[in-house]
Amino acid sequence: MDKFTQHEGIVIPLDRANVDTDAILPKEFLKSVKRTGFGPHLFDGLRYLDPYRDEQSNALRRPNPDFVLNRPEYAGATILLARENFGCGSSREHAPWALLDHGIRVVIAPSFADIFFSNCFKNGLLPVRLTAAQVDTLFAQLASTPGYRLHIDLPAQCVRTPDGTSFTFEIDAFQKDCLLNGLDEIGLTLQHREQIAAFEARRLADRPWLRADPAGH
Amino acid sequence: MTPARTLYEKLWDEHFIREVGSGLGLLYIDRHLLHEVTTPQAFEGLKLAGRKVWRIAANLAVADHNVPTSHRDREIADPLSRLQLQTLDANCAEFGITEFGLHDPRQGIVHVVGPEQGFTLPGMTVVCGDSHTATHGALGALAFGIGTSEVEHVLATQTLTLQKARTMLVRFEGSLAQGVSAKDMALALIGLVGTAGGTGHVMEFAGPAVRALSMEGRMTLCNMAIEAGARAGMVAVDDTTIDYCVGRPFAPTGQSLDQAVAYWRTLTSDPEAVFDRVVEVDAARIAPQVTWGTSPEMVTSIEGVVPNPDGEHDPVRRAGMARALAYMGLEPGVRIADIPLDKVFIGSCTNSRIEDLRTAAAVVRGRHIAPGIQQALVVPGSGLVKAQAEAEGLHRVFIEAGFEWRDPGCSMCLGMNEDSLNPGERCASTSNRNFEGRQGAGGRTHLVSPAMAAAAAIAGHFVDIRQFHG
Ligand code: SF4
Repeated sequence: MDKFTQHEGIVIPLDRANVDTDAILPKEFLKSVKRTGFGPHLFDGLRYLDPYRDEQSNALRRPNPDFVLNRPEYAGATILLARENFGCGSSREHAPWALLDHGIRVVIAPSFADIFFSNCFKNGLLPVRLTAAQVDTLFAQLASTPGYRLHIDLPAQCVRTPDGTSFTFEIDAFQKDCLLNGLDEIGLTLQHREQIAAFEARRLADRPWLRADPAGH
Repeated sequence: MTPARTLYEKLWDEHFIREVGSGLGLLYIDRHLLHEVTTPQAFEGLKLAGRKVWRIAANLAVADHNVPTSHRDREIADPLSRLQLQTLDANCAEFGITEFGLHDPRQGIVHVVGPEQGFTLPGMTVVCGDSHTATHGALGALAFGIGTSEVEHVLATQTLTLQKARTMLVRFEGSLAQGVSAKDMALALIGLVGTAGGTGHVMEFAGPAVRALSMEGRMTLCNMAIEAGARAGMVAVDDTTIDYCVGRPFAPTGQSLDQAVAYWRTLTSDPEAVFDRVVEVDAARIAPQVTWGTSPEMVTSIEGVVPNPDGEHDPVRRAGMARALAYMGLEPGVRIADIPLDKVFIGSCTNSRIEDLRTAAAVVRGRHIAPGIQQALVVPGSGLVKAQAEAEGLHRVFIEAGFEWRDPGCSMCLGMNEDSLNPGERCASTSNRNFEGRQGAGGRTHLVSPAMAAAAAIAGHFVDIRQFHG
């Protein structure tokens, strides 16, 4: 996983609440057995005017000029700004994979759905929770500032706007540490391998029915 | 004296191995269900790191999202779907994980199969790379959906690093009216608290109307806790729970059962336990629910009309409503009962169990689907549900009424296989999500209960199930 410390980039406004994971990456693209290659289908249903047929013909599809992702001024944007309850719906990690594959490193919203929020950290995508009023301010500034950029400082836990205002955000210390250092969470957990094994042995002895093995039937 | 605890707190304490960092717990995971869509990348990660599966017997795999629901004897046409199914087979074979294959009579939707087999039981931590894992909470278990990285983490360590959730008690007082079901309770609750209403919380469903539900009804309710934003839903253990579990293939027997039951009986919230939030709903006032928009919170009763966005003060919500109506092809003020339908889908992990099929069959028995209905599907939740329904003759009732009787899988709940809506088609569906494109690009979904879906198929439009009988 890539480390995350400082990030500055163009901001793309997605002025909607309840952006769901089916919208972020529709199910047509969940058949892949890989983690990459989802970028061209990020927001697929909103992004193209004609339906998807196959990968070969994808480049020939007509982009919807009204959808923000297709506007030239947001080309190369790396920060997504949205409204409440971003990422609701399914547990598909394909949603953060698609955002990352498209080049998004930060999503800013007043609130996120729980599973999406947790999935972001496993992939080096930073979800930033600001207040609804702060998000309003960012949308307003963005609307009146061509080439609007934000600076995200993870160690200092703040979002800096072009006029020098800075909004701080909360983040769990463990998750912050994982992002800053690009840590392998499984490796960290396995440092407690003996304690896990001891807990398990005790548990299976105390609650013997947990030993039921599907292979034994 | 130990302090009073909620059911969630008891389950948390029971599985807590140690603290890791600031307030995060490392929790032991008892059961892990796997399916073909969210696991390939996890197994790949495991292989790349040279890691093993920690406890093989804790895992059970079954393909469901992407499986055909007819002509299973033929090769799967879509090469991507085929590869995904083959990848699950190969990974399970390589790591020694038990899989119910496509031709196994026990194959079905993971959340139907787990409880049906007694693989998921009260008091367990149950996870799966699927948000509707909340379903298993109906057993008095702590069950929740995880992402693919966490699937890999569970495979490798049998644990998860978790933040303790807040607790929310949802009490359904009184009793449901005839014809009103657990699905209507779930939709009415989401209408009340919103799709983010439970964010950061685990919901416990309680009260007389929940006690009165069968296990299958409780599963429907817990299934949709995620649609209310909650991390998990759960119901305390009682006789209904224990009666359901006893005799299931992987459930304990003999002395081990006695020991299990004694423990399961402790899985209730203490009377003095304090929840972070309490919501009360009068079950008697719940009418059959129908969603009109593109989020489960966009819901009203069968007596209602499509709302007018102009009446909404919040600009973000107003824009969302207007977009939903445009997508759904609906005008404000239209009576829900006047909305004509093209297709009907009875299935999904929300409503594809035997009681759901019995309820739907009772509505359609001796009748025929309306001429305007182009397709009406019944997709049982598992091979065993299908066999049971056939033993009761329900398949004939459906077929004679003009329904198609399919093999088990997720099917038109998300349309990853060939069962999907065409652009503009309108469907009464017993599934759980009405997001744009969920059942097929451009498809329009109205979420309802099995009885309401069955009645809509016969009438060709929504009808009040309370007046439909007779
Ligand atoms: S039936 Fe639908 S909601 Fe349930 S697991 Fe399958 S796709 Fe997900």
